[in-house]
Amino acid sequence: MINQQSPFIQKSSSVTSIMLLVILALIPGLVFYVHYFGVGVLLNLVAASITAILAEYLVLKIRKLPPKVYLSDGSALVAAWLLALSIPSIAPWWIIVVGTLFTIVIAKHFYGGLGSNIFNPAMIGYAVLLISFPALMTKWPSPIENSLSLESIGQAFQIFFYGLEVVGDGLTSATPLDYVKTELLQGQILPDISIASISTSTNLTSTQIVSLAYLLGGVGLLYKKIISWHLPVTYLLSLAFISGFFHFVDPDNFSSVTFHLLNGGTILCAFFILTDPVSGPTTPKGKLWFAFMVAILVYVIRVFGGYPEGIAFAVIFMNICVPLIDNLTQPKVFGHD
Amino acid sequence: MLTSVLIVLFLALIIGSILGFSSIKFKVEGDPIIDKIDSILPQTQCGQCSYPGCKPYATAIAKGEADINQCPPGGDDGVRRLAELLGVEYKPLNEEHGTTKPKSIAVIDESTCIGCTLCIQACPVDAILGAAKHMHTIIEKECTGCELCLPPCPVDCIDMVALQENTENWKWKYPVFSIKNQKQRVSP
Amino acid sequence: MSIVDKIFKFNGGIKTDTRKTVSTSHPIKKISMPKKLILPLRQHVGRVAKLKVNLGEKVLKGQLIAEADGNVSAAIHAPTSGIIVSVEKQSIPHPSGLPDYCVTLIPDGKDTWIKKDLVNWKKIGREETIKKIYSSGIVGLGGATFPSHLKLHNNNNEIKTLVVNAAECEPYITCDDMLMREKSVDLIEGIRLVLHLLGAENAIIGIEDNKPEAIEKLTVLVKKDEHISIKVVPTIYPSGDAKRLIYLLTGTQIAKGKRSAEYGIQMFNVATIVALYNFINLGEPSISRIITITGNVTTPNNYEVLFGTPLSELIVDAGGAVKKSSSFIMGGPMMGFKLPSVNVPVTKAMNCVINAEPEMVENNSPVLPCIRCARCADACPVTLQPQELFWFSQSNQFEKAENYNLFDCIECGCCSFVCPSNIPLVQYYRYAKSEIIGERYAKEEADIARERNDFRLHRLQREKEERARKVAERKANTSSDEKSKVIDEKRKAITEALERVKNEEVSEK
Repeated sequence: MINQQSPFIQKSSSVTSIMLLVILALIPGLVFYVHYFGVGVLLNLVAASITAILAEYLVLKIRKLPPKVYLSDGSALVAAWLLALSIPSIAPWWIIVVGTLFTIVIAKHFYGGLGSNIFNPAMIGYAVLLISFPALMTKWPSPIENSLSLESIGQAFQIFFYGLEVVGDGLTSATPLDYVKTELLQGQILPDISIASISTSTNLTSTQIVSLAYLLGGVGLLYKKIISWHLPVTYLLSLAFISGFFHFVDPDNFSSVTFHLLNGGTILCAFFILTDPVSGPTTPKGKLWFAFMVAILVYVIRVFGGYPEGIAFAVIFMNICVPLIDNLTQPKVFGHD
Repeated sequence: MLTSVLIVLFLALIIGSILGFSSIKFKVEGDPIIDKIDSILPQTQCGQCSYPGCKPYATAIAKGEADINQCPPGGDDGVRRLAELLGVEYKPLNEEHGTTKPKSIAVIDESTCIGCTLCIQACPVDAILGAAKHMHTIIEKECTGCELCLPPCPVDCIDMVALQENTENWKWKYPVFSIKNQKQRVSP
Repeated sequence: MSIVDKIFKFNGGIKTDTRKTVSTSHPIKKISMPKKLILPLRQHVGRVAKLKVNLGEKVLKGQLIAEADGNVSAAIHAPTSGIIVSVEKQSIPHPSGLPDYCVTLIPDGKDTWIKKDLVNWKKIGREETIKKIYSSGIVGLGGATFPSHLKLHNNNNEIKTLVVNAAECEPYITCDDMLMREKSVDLIEGIRLVLHLLGAENAIIGIEDNKPEAIEKLTVLVKKDEHISIKVVPTIYPSGDAKRLIYLLTGTQIAKGKRSAEYGIQMFNVATIVALYNFINLGEPSISRIITITGNVTTPNNYEVLFGTPLSELIVDAGGAVKKSSSFIMGGPMMGFKLPSVNVPVTKAMNCVINAEPEMVENNSPVLPCIRCARCADACPVTLQPQELFWFSQSNQFEKAENYNLFDCIECGCCSFVCPSNIPLVQYYRYAKSEIIGERYAKEEADIARERNDFRLHRLQREKEERARKVAERKANTSSDEKSKVIDEKRKAITEALERVKNEEVSEK
């Protein structure tokens, strides 16, 4: 078929290539995650991918849209992967399936499909799971010695299909954020709390190394110009600023900057979740405000709120404000005052 | 108890007098809603809505006597705009009043015209030039296509000619492409 | 207006493979006289030219065929001597593909010039010179075809700087480049001439850095001239757009709706300046231009061609299509449009014709929904929000689109180029702009119809009142006394008349 209108030049970028590069950028973090916490996350990823593709295919058929065209853009896959990486890797299979169904069918297609969803689909899925299954969603894996041994892989499969009760309680531990928060609430002060885990020669915990691996992927995305610097840089700087401020004022009760930046899903959020183009703001100034507010909200929820990790709720809350942010931050048009 | 009653009475007096004062000082002459409705109508003055012109139809809508879907020259677009202005539900055009036709201009066949001036008297926008026993002609630019001159003509010498697209009035069309096939066509 | 040495940078813009070297390897060529010349009466912005010749009339080269109608219009001259054979609707290069009125001239082969009147502008003064340029048919040859005489006014001495647009930013087009390489002397003399005509102080030639030969030639010529300077801008599309180039060179941002003259700057394309020079110094009206024939042809080249030359002859001379392809694009690939066929004449606006390579016109990627990635906003040289404009144009919310500055859009195509969802954004904006202008026009017509209708009702009412008044007056004026007096007088007249008749009858007897 002929393209009869300008511009008559072939283009190189497409939605598919963008989504594929995002998935590629997740690989470094994934590798380290598997190394420290076992193959459970891979099982979750596979389950999420299959569910996402099947769900999207069925919904597209119901909506009478061509499945081949809309499946190949890869956006469902990215949302499913982000969800799978956000939930505990020792969750049973039906957690990820339910979450993915919510993400694809409700958060994406019920709002209009690709390009029309108001909320970040992965975060909606996470929030739904967190509220519906609080117990399962707060059981995080502890680092494993030989994560690629047959024994660990076997255990991962068992947990995936039958749940944690099969294997016993020794495999779970609280996340650093959770642990620190509970201890602080019980009256301990920070210098007395120690986070025991497998540490490397650089004295970092396993979650911190995984975060740094995600940072590597994120920097790769920046280099390839898939995302712009506004969102991740502002978010990390704002979080550093507010956590540094509170830590400076009261070092015994408020954790340090590196603690907040490298623990939890901060880096994943900065480079992969905040930068979802559909639900985020489109103007450069809007992106700065969006990232700043998300950082403040994340800190508030983490420190003063009820949950140890506040990224999902912060992002969803700011997604509601995006149209207003866009409207108020229109850049100055060439020649206008 | 008494103080609260007095306070409410006092407030009511103040607010009531402000309202009364405003209704007198800021009174708007005429009914602006009629003008607003009239500015949406296409001013063809054809009478297809069963009112003698666009302003009477606008008045009828404002009074609630007429429905918003009686104007074929305004088309679907006009009904939607009226619905939005008045805050009522959109209704499709009422077929009883006619269908939307492409814009046409009336043309007099000069060889047949007898100079009777009946069409001149019928034209609602005075777009026909002529006098008794003299040739009549329609000023193309002023003709709204209302077709009110066709019935009175005793020799049936007036025709409606649809406006042709030429390089002056050509418009870009809405981009259309099929989403079913991988290969796309984007037509002008 | 001071000239700063800095090159500014506008937001966005794109860098592409420019594909210019294919058509610059040979010098500008001329083809033999075509068998017929077809001259559309509308080749410029403004009113259509008024025909001045009759069918069968013999015309000389440079003779006036149609004169300019009003101030915003341009004349059309015979590109060669010959005979006028028809005035009818023919296929013209227009995106709609609709035909328009054209004058067909059959050359007689002698190519005889009409008497050429050189313009001694120093003697006759600026106003008279501008009047002569009005009748020369010279319009902007960069593609905009705005009548040039309108841009030469400088009555309040507000224009201080002349910007010469030598950027030629669109891929494939090289006609200005070759003109500068081969006619650099004419160009510099033309710039000096226009400087004097305008009464401006300085001229800046804005040229892209992908034209090193032209830059070298021009630099040599202006070395000693302190009024003309050359500024090289980086090759980013669309730096050749008038307002973008002015911003690059001077840092002045000119809003939509404002003319650059209000900011003390006037801009001309290099080809227009050479045309003005030829008219003033040689007395030659606008009858030819340089055009690039490129793309899928065997030997892409630039041609100096008379207006009205059928495009098919040029394509044949360039060797015809390499691969089987029948699409021709007028202009560049970013802003050009498809020609209805190859049987169109060369007009004043035609600066380049690309015989489309198959990958240019076949687009196999599907059009996906907008993912609001805002790459279009990053690429827009006018700093608009194309994703919002698309959202509103697609859903026919034209008022909102206008609020988001739809009419500032220059339709450069940068947004469509970078869109990962492959959406034809510029088509939506063109559609929305057409619709809005159509609506405005319809509203104006409706307002006039309402006025006429109101006046007619008022007139009928007035006539009715006058009639009623006259009747009432007549009734009121005659009181009962007067009535009986009138009746008596009438009776008397009747009786007298009857008696007269009786007396006549008696006298006859």
